[in-house]
Amino acid sequence: MNRARENSWLILIGIVGAIFLIGAPQVLELFTIINLTTAIAMALLALSLGLVWGFGGILCFGQSTFFGIGAYAYVVAAINFGGTSWAVVVAILVAAAFAAVLGYFMFYGRVSDVYLGVITLTVSLIFYNLMRRTSGPEYKIGDALLGGFNGINAPPLNVPGNASWILFPEDVFYVAMAALIIGYFGCVWLVRSHFGRVAVAIRENELRAELVGYDVRLQKLLLFAVGGGIAGTAGVLFANGVGRVTPDVFNLYNAALIIIWVIVGGRGTLIGPVLGAFGLFYLISSLGQQTSINNNLVLGVILVVFVLLVPKGIVPTVIDLWDRKRGRRGQFRRHGRRQRRRGSRTAETRHEG
Amino acid sequence: MKGEIVVETRGLSMHFGGVVAVDQVDFNLRENELRCLIGPNGAGKSTFFKCLTGQLKPTFGDVVIRDLNVNRAHSHEIAGLGVGIKTQVPNVFEGLSVQENIWLAARRFHPAARARSLVEETLDRVRLTDIRREVVNELSHGQRQWVELGMVISAEPWLVLLDEPAAGMTHDEVLLTAELIREINKTASLIVVEHDMQFIRMIADKVTVFHRGAILIEDTMDVVAADPTVREVYLGHRKK
Repeated sequence: MNRARENSWLILIGIVGAIFLIGAPQVLELFTIINLTTAIAMALLALSLGLVWGFGGILCFGQSTFFGIGAYAYVVAAINFGGTSWAVVVAILVAAAFAAVLGYFMFYGRVSDVYLGVITLTVSLIFYNLMRRTSGPEYKIGDALLGGFNGINAPPLNVPGNASWILFPEDVFYVAMAALIIGYFGCVWLVRSHFGRVAVAIRENELRAELVGYDVRLQKLLLFAVGGGIAGTAGVLFANGVGRVTPDVFNLYNAALIIIWVIVGGRGTLIGPVLGAFGLFYLISSLGQQTSINNNLVLGVILVVFVLLVPKGIVPTVIDLWDRKRGRRGQFRRHGRRQRRRGSRTAETRHEG
Repeated sequence: MKGEIVVETRGLSMHFGGVVAVDQVDFNLRENELRCLIGPNGAGKSTFFKCLTGQLKPTFGDVVIRDLNVNRAHSHEIAGLGVGIKTQVPNVFEGLSVQENIWLAARRFHPAARARSLVEETLDRVRLTDIRREVVNELSHGQRQWVELGMVISAEPWLVLLDEPAAGMTHDEVLLTAELIREINKTASLIVVEHDMQFIRMIADKVTVFHRGAILIEDTMDVVAADPTVREVYLGHRKK
């Protein structure tokens, strides 16, 4: 995809996002809006994995860890601070810092890709089991009781600096949607920057990146931490959407779900994971209203179908189809062979005739 | 002799279990020198090369680059000293375009504007301007080798280490590569590991012959080619 076309798509995405941000609360019911906030949190979480896996080539099977840590850190900090202004900052930083520490051991220890997946998933499951066992009154951080598998009630967001001015669910939707848009364009900026291009280079050939002089370990660590921070932000939004944080944020189902969103939406794009998360979130919630088919069965079938038939995911496949439909013209323009274009076009018409 | 010593190994040894791949090698490279390393398969050339580039950590001995002991240095740290490295199997960023590959190398040590002009310059030097937007994994072997050479020179290194730069190239491509290497030598010292004797004749200044992990002889190409031991090593142990 060339830069000009990519830019026009980005403008379109920006406009659609802005319309959705402003328009949705006007036309949709409150219940749907609250539900949407959760979906947006999921989309932001998918975006974080789309960045780390799709661009950095780091298959993190436990992106839910940073998501859950963000959610828990937010709730615990908000209860202790008596307001959410700093709790949001603390949550994002704690999630990013945890990702950095975990990443330090994995990348500086030169853990291979497969084990990286195993380790990240295991860490998530450790948190799941750990948090489930915190039900007694002795398990508390400051004033916040951790509450075992019942979890903790999440204090809603307030206007920064004014703890008594609590946001309504519609307002939380605005915040969430704005966070997703900012997160998305932030990621677009990041992957176009020198840092992002190096991340892609490392995905393509780690040894070459090293021989060219880039510190692969540090680059991966930083990208991983950024991904952790975005996942942590998603956790904050999730806590607000659901109103409660339970150990289930760390469970295997969630960990796998994030991967499926990214696979279905498409690796190597940023909008793909976002759309994948929205699409599957709504598919699952509409399936939840009926009882004839099991949810997980449908999800499993979708995963198998995509891995076998649409391995690149929806967005890259659509781009490929689009390119093919527009035919050789677009292709030659992309490769910059101006001179041969006329020749090939006549050859094509002759062929058609 | 030419300028000061820029690369020195002292008693460099590399053991893999019981196998001694490189055995106490003392080696010097002077400024602006072009040195070829040759030797039959399994002579330890590539292992020696990997020790120089930080891909392997020597079992014993020292590698010194410009008075700096780089025994424990990582590859990226050695590259960071201004050393350009090309590996035996072309290592390129497969899914990226030719110019992106070269830009990534140029941008590592140069600010954005300088990197852009270096990319133009390099594309010209390695004759890849016409296919600059092509994805590297769709190119021929020789072109991929040039992409890698382009990445090496775009960073403007003062020391260049090349492992089999002409492998798998057509005759014409080999000629162009030889020309390019001589050009690089105007601004940088070079170590070239090579198999192809004809290619070495084109570029060689001084040649180091490896055999069984040690240096057999170190002299000009003519002397080396005339040496009976070298012939024996290359052609196999024939008893006359």
